[in-house]
Amino acid sequence: MARKHREIGKAGWGYTAIASVIGFIYFFPVLWIILTAFKTRTDALAVPPKLFFTPTMENFTSVFYRTSITTGTAQATDMGLYFFNSIFIAFSSVGLALIVGTLAAYAFSRYPLKGNDTYLFIILTTRMMPPIVVIIPIFLMFRLSGLAGSYWGIILLYTAFNIPFSVWLVKSFFDELNPEIEDAARMDGATERRVFFNFCIPQILAGLSATFVFGLILTWNEFLFALLLTGVETRTVPVAMARTLGGEVGVDYGLLAAIVTLFLIPIFFVTFLLQNQLLRGVTFGTVKK
Amino acid sequence: MTIELKKITKRFGSLTAVDAIDLDVGDGEVLCLLGPSGCGKTTTLRMVAGLEAASEGDVMLGGKRVNELAPRDRNVAMSFQFYALYPSLTVAENLAYPLHAEKLSGVEIEKRVAQVAKTLQLESILKRTPGQLAEGEKQRVAVGRSIIRDPQCFLFDEPLSRLDVQLREEMRGEIKEVLQDLSRPTVIVTHDQLEALTMADRIAVMRAGRIEQVDTPHNVFQSPANLFVAGFIGTPQMNLIRATLTGSDGTGLADFAFEGDQTLKIKVDPAVSQLSPGSKVTLGIRPRNLEMSAEPTEDSLSTKIDMVEPMGAETLAHMHDGFHDLRLVTDWRVPMSEGDNVHTRFPPNTTHVFTEDEQVLRSAS
Repeated sequence: MARKHREIGKAGWGYTAIASVIGFIYFFPVLWIILTAFKTRTDALAVPPKLFFTPTMENFTSVFYRTSITTGTAQATDMGLYFFNSIFIAFSSVGLALIVGTLAAYAFSRYPLKGNDTYLFIILTTRMMPPIVVIIPIFLMFRLSGLAGSYWGIILLYTAFNIPFSVWLVKSFFDELNPEIEDAARMDGATERRVFFNFCIPQILAGLSATFVFGLILTWNEFLFALLLTGVETRTVPVAMARTLGGEVGVDYGLLAAIVTLFLIPIFFVTFLLQNQLLRGVTFGTVKK
Repeated sequence: MTIELKKITKRFGSLTAVDAIDLDVGDGEVLCLLGPSGCGKTTTLRMVAGLEAASEGDVMLGGKRVNELAPRDRNVAMSFQFYALYPSLTVAENLAYPLHAEKLSGVEIEKRVAQVAKTLQLESILKRTPGQLAEGEKQRVAVGRSIIRDPQCFLFDEPLSRLDVQLREEMRGEIKEVLQDLSRPTVIVTHDQLEALTMADRIAVMRAGRIEQVDTPHNVFQSPANLFVAGFIGTPQMNLIRATLTGSDGTGLADFAFEGDQTLKIKVDPAVSQLSPGSKVTLGIRPRNLEMSAEPTEDSLSTKIDMVEPMGAETLAHMHDGFHDLRLVTDWRVPMSEGDNVHTRFPPNTTHVFTEDEQVLRSAS
């Protein structure tokens, strides 16, 4: 049977339906959590699960204000601080890694060292093992240097973990650029600094956004190092979330879901803001100019 | 204003890209660097621009050594093969960019942009960004950006290579006109001999980092200095056939024997008498110089027509004598058909003789 010639740019209803089903399957856990956040404790634990229920905001309230079972008084939780910590730590470390990584990537791309690839490989090796392997030496280093429990400590650690990824990704964007444009700028009187800031950076903004978002997602959800290296003041949301498990009243799924839902918002927001750039960033270099 | 290169060399690791070349370009002169890819012509250009540092030798601009100067301090304008327009800037901003470095006033910049836009017919596209331009327009903007200030010299890297044939012809004329008005030393890098022959005052033919010949387009074509230049310049390619000199009379009348035992008695340059009989040589003759003759003569080879390629106004015939393929171009009206046996005649003073070390034999004139 002859297949019908397909118009370019139109996938047809069949493919759209398949994509929707797959999309739904992927999104289902997220949807489940969001729904749970609006359920009462009874609804959350109901078997079979309830799809239709009366939504409540009580879980969200109790993220920030908790009624103590013993005294019956409402008191503020530290969740606000933890959200601030997560945002502050993730954004600063990913931002820092992006700055350092971009500078390094430009150097690797434009001024290759003897054995350039070896250096790049060494940078990548730090990402090759599971982080838990290095947790003991890092923990000791942090204790000895007094970095444990401080903002500086965790930010520097995350920066260090994000740099290899930033260097590699951003280097690939620089490699894609037409070096003639930089040469032209040099001929037209631009200094090296201008060449970099006015001509290279604007051309890879999409790539930088993509790198930023990927790094942000990784760092945002990091648990292990945050658990061991943050203190009471610098605790991040994933750690705080874990601590709500198994409290005085067992697992409060509604509360957990509410925290997760709130936790999704910043990253969702950033990704949404950058989504056009992101899409270009991911497909950067895959389409010939 | 002049450009002078003195024994300039560029090495990339163990590779010598440009090997001690000397070159000078006079005021208002257009010099084309012509050669196959990888012969070092672009590297040479980039050394003049300052984008590549010379490993050895001096780059002199206007009589001053500029080796240590950064590109921005050399006051040289360059246009690039892929145009290198600034993608985030509009055409007007692209044109204006080189002027900012010269610290000109906004009014002055606007005036110059308008002037260049008028010269190159860019007025209607000044507000667009490079992404919205057609190839020919991009080329115009690139040229405009290089001529907008008043540099010491102009460098063009493969200026027309990305344009289609028709546009190329048009732009060739336009660039030539612009260059004549500017009257600055100009170096054009190209691998397209037609471009070089039409635009240049002089052509430097390069091979493997060395200059094989520097001369006017006419001389490079008519009197190639060596086998490489002879084979490189001209389409269809010059016929180059191996032969043995069997005798010469001192006035240039010489006898040659070919593989397959055919012989020729032809008039060549008298310098041929420097060679002793028995020397191996290569004879070079342009396809348009060869003639067909029905009768055998002393100066012809007996051949058969292998293939006929009509080229419009002319016809290209491939003649074969059993050992050598000879390309012959003749008027389209000359009747011929594949398989015909004809004699291919070498008219007097049209054949170049190259010695075994690939140099041409030519008496000083």
